[in-house]
Amino acid sequence: MTARLQTIAISKHYDSVTALSPTDLEVRDGEFLTLLGPSGSGKTTLLQILAGLVEPSGGRLLINGKDATHAAAGERGIGMVFQSYALFPHLSVWENIAYPLRMRKTDKAAMASAVKDALEMVQMGSYAHRLPRELSGGQQQRIALARCFVYKPSVILLDEPLGALDKKLREHMQSEIRSLHKDLGATFIYVTHDQEEALNLSDRICLMNQSKIEQIGTPQDLYDKPATAFSAQFIGYSNLLSGRVEKHAGDDNIRLCNARFSVPIHVPEHVPAHALLPPDKTPGTDAISLVIRPEEARLSSVDDAYVKGTVREVVFAGSDFRVLVDIGEKQPFLLRCGRRDAPAPGDTVGVTWNPAHTAVVTC
Amino acid sequence: MSASSLRVSAPAVALRRTSTFGKSLRAWLPAVPCFVFLIAFFCVPVVEILQTGMVNADGHVTLDQFRRMTNDLVFAKVLGNTFLISGLTALSSVVLGFPIAYFLSQLSDRFRERWMIWIMVPFWTSYLVKTFAWILVLSKTGILLTLAVSLGLVDDPSALAPSMLGVMIGMVHAMLPLAVINMLPIMRGVNAQLLQAAETLGANRSIAFFSIFLPMAGPGIAAAGLLVFITSLGFFILPALLGTPKETMVAQLVISAINDLFNLPYAAALSTILLIFAVAVFMLYDKLVGLSSLSGETRSAPKRNSSTFVTAALIAIGRACSAGYGAGGPALTRVKGLKLYSVLTVALLSLPIIVVFPIAFTNSPFLSFPPQGFSLRWFDAFLFSPVWQSSFLRSFGVAIVTALASTALGIGAALALTRLPARWTKPVFAFLLAPLIVPRIVVAVGLFYLFSRMGLVGTDLGLTIGHTVLAIPYVVVTMAAALKRFDWRLDDAAKILGASAFARLRTIQLPMMIGSVAAALQMAFIISFDELTIAIFVSGGMKNTLPKQMWDDMILQVNPTLAAVSLVMVIVIALLVLAPSLYKTFRRR
Repeated sequence: MTARLQTIAISKHYDSVTALSPTDLEVRDGEFLTLLGPSGSGKTTLLQILAGLVEPSGGRLLINGKDATHAAAGERGIGMVFQSYALFPHLSVWENIAYPLRMRKTDKAAMASAVKDALEMVQMGSYAHRLPRELSGGQQQRIALARCFVYKPSVILLDEPLGALDKKLREHMQSEIRSLHKDLGATFIYVTHDQEEALNLSDRICLMNQSKIEQIGTPQDLYDKPATAFSAQFIGYSNLLSGRVEKHAGDDNIRLCNARFSVPIHVPEHVPAHALLPPDKTPGTDAISLVIRPEEARLSSVDDAYVKGTVREVVFAGSDFRVLVDIGEKQPFLLRCGRRDAPAPGDTVGVTWNPAHTAVVTC
Repeated sequence: MSASSLRVSAPAVALRRTSTFGKSLRAWLPAVPCFVFLIAFFCVPVVEILQTGMVNADGHVTLDQFRRMTNDLVFAKVLGNTFLISGLTALSSVVLGFPIAYFLSQLSDRFRERWMIWIMVPFWTSYLVKTFAWILVLSKTGILLTLAVSLGLVDDPSALAPSMLGVMIGMVHAMLPLAVINMLPIMRGVNAQLLQAAETLGANRSIAFFSIFLPMAGPGIAAAGLLVFITSLGFFILPALLGTPKETMVAQLVISAINDLFNLPYAAALSTILLIFAVAVFMLYDKLVGLSSLSGETRSAPKRNSSTFVTAALIAIGRACSAGYGAGGPALTRVKGLKLYSVLTVALLSLPIIVVFPIAFTNSPFLSFPPQGFSLRWFDAFLFSPVWQSSFLRSFGVAIVTALASTALGIGAALALTRLPARWTKPVFAFLLAPLIVPRIVVAVGLFYLFSRMGLVGTDLGLTIGHTVLAIPYVVVTMAAALKRFDWRLDDAAKILGASAFARLRTIQLPMMIGSVAAALQMAFIISFDELTIAIFVSGGMKNTLPKQMWDDMILQVNPTLAAVSLVMVIVIALLVLAPSLYKTFRRR
């Protein structure tokens, strides 16, 4: 399958400031791809380059296999939903949605029916003659979506479209966008800094950091197999244990060790164990981190624990308790425990987990 | 429309594929007509003036003219006078205008709009009308003295005008609205929460005002003063009609050098001196608040921090001022006092103009107060005399063409301003504003030279060109402000939805900025409609505009026809100024 959209070493810099390092990205036909990252990570720059609103400093952009690096925004067959919605305030809802059709000189009858269909698709059929300012945030969002897909672009870019909505409405609109994606069959590229939103919506997530792609993969991949410490910490909560890799004679496992603990590292079958061992010349450096998700860890007796420490804080979180254990590292270790097993602050506890449910990242 | 959209988009597509050079070229494109126009009809004539002042009859560069001036006592006196009057005017306007500007800055938008009408109508009323009104009020047989004598307050009436006092009253009355209008944006820019924060930190209202508000608004206040000063430098109507020969200003000297002495090099040298001072003052203005403040932008952060000493002093002043009041007291009293002061001042701005009205209906052939009898004979004299009629129609026509031409040229230039690389915006903006900085009299003399060679003296075309030069900066300032407020993401959205550059201008940019376009048209119309300086030189005596005809009459002999003309002019201007709010009220119903 050829990529719907592909960037080849595309980059952007303003004078000496790099907004986007040379980036290769392939977007598959019909997928829902999310560009996720903190502010300043380059995700919006990348989106604007795809849209044709920002001229790249270098590299190429292919749409449907054809070079579109310098094509005008309106000629790319791309639609975009803006964070501010960018509805034209002087035009009615109907005229806003008809606008792209007018620009394409669609004939009147076709235009009327297309606008009607688009309005019905977002359940706003009765609002055609309102002005944008007479609509609520969620309604404006729907109109912005309708205006975007009314001319059937094959790629739809969404720039933090739910950023201005409150939490409840945001969750509702997420499911609407998801089903819209299914109905339209178009390729969606979605920008957000909200990892939960990204996990809920995406087929694939492209995690960005410091103007580069950090990791790209399905939501599960990113959660279960983070490639870097940044990935592990940006998506979900992670306990990171840092140390050096050692292999002791007579032990089948390789272990992660530092002054306070020595824990086994699970090596997936397809990875040769020695790949994780540091080169001999750098013994003692903290080269590796073990990622343990809070839900994978549990309290245990001190004797068979991987790490032990003192309970610093116990926070009630509804269905369970969140327990922070001071294990002598910079960050306390977070885990969850049932309502009946909650320790008290000050208790000495052990923490254990299934090594198979951890991941190893380089620092 | 499809033909023109093709014309616009075809080269745009071609350029897009070339390079960043092509891209920046495209950014300049809309400004080209305006640039060409200003170079031909502004730069060329002004440069020629500078040259004429420095070249003698043999074509050698010489400073003879300037050397002559330094030995010329009359000139030294006139120059001194000009600075004295302009300086005093600037100082008084700022001091008297500050409380009103502060009062207005604290009002809600709706109330401020209502108040602004009472500032804007006097502001846009022709200087000629205002001067005429003051003659009626201040002269020996004027309203003030007549009243004073009949009340027995004065035994020996000595005229308030012509005199230095008369000139100052007229100047401050004319410039006060300008000062208020220019102080207002920066005062509104001071975040009200900062003052509230100061109050929660233990300052009372008075201390907060002196230690927070005043330092933040300071540059704007100074800038307003400088703007009044520059504008006053080029004045000649008021000193000529309300002053004695002792109050002669430089611009009057320029006019007499050309009209009476036919000494062009001398006039040119005088203009050069005016120009140098105007530019110097404007550079100071730029340093204080930045040129961009003219388009309503306020500098977010002050350049340097106030010293501890200044802050302590301001706090002490604030404390001293609040000492007289009890807790909670000062706020209330202040606002009430401010409002009273503002009402009075605004009334004083309008009253002299209103005084003209009854006199327009007098039955007597003399200007006397109270007016005797009631008749429409002076309106008759105005509307049915061929001289007045033709001048009125000429002014109207020239103003309409000027409004259209300057708005079209100015919008292009303002559009280019938003697209240019940042390092270019300031010099380009300064260039577009130059006709506002350079004293009108300099532009007028320069155009007179140029037009006399082109055969444009005494033509409506020449007048229109001159007025368009003057109106362009106002259009640029208005449109630059509108474009800055414009949400360019809407333009991006239209771009993605497939709209070409021309389609975006037609469907998004212009419809959304229609209010500003109307304001630009209105301003350009008014500027042309009551413009006198260019008319004096370019209309050539035969083809008078309405202001030129008024001027000629006023110099010869003031008469009741002028009252009728003034009334008509005030009504035209007031209707134009009120048009937007009238339109709004009408639509709301």
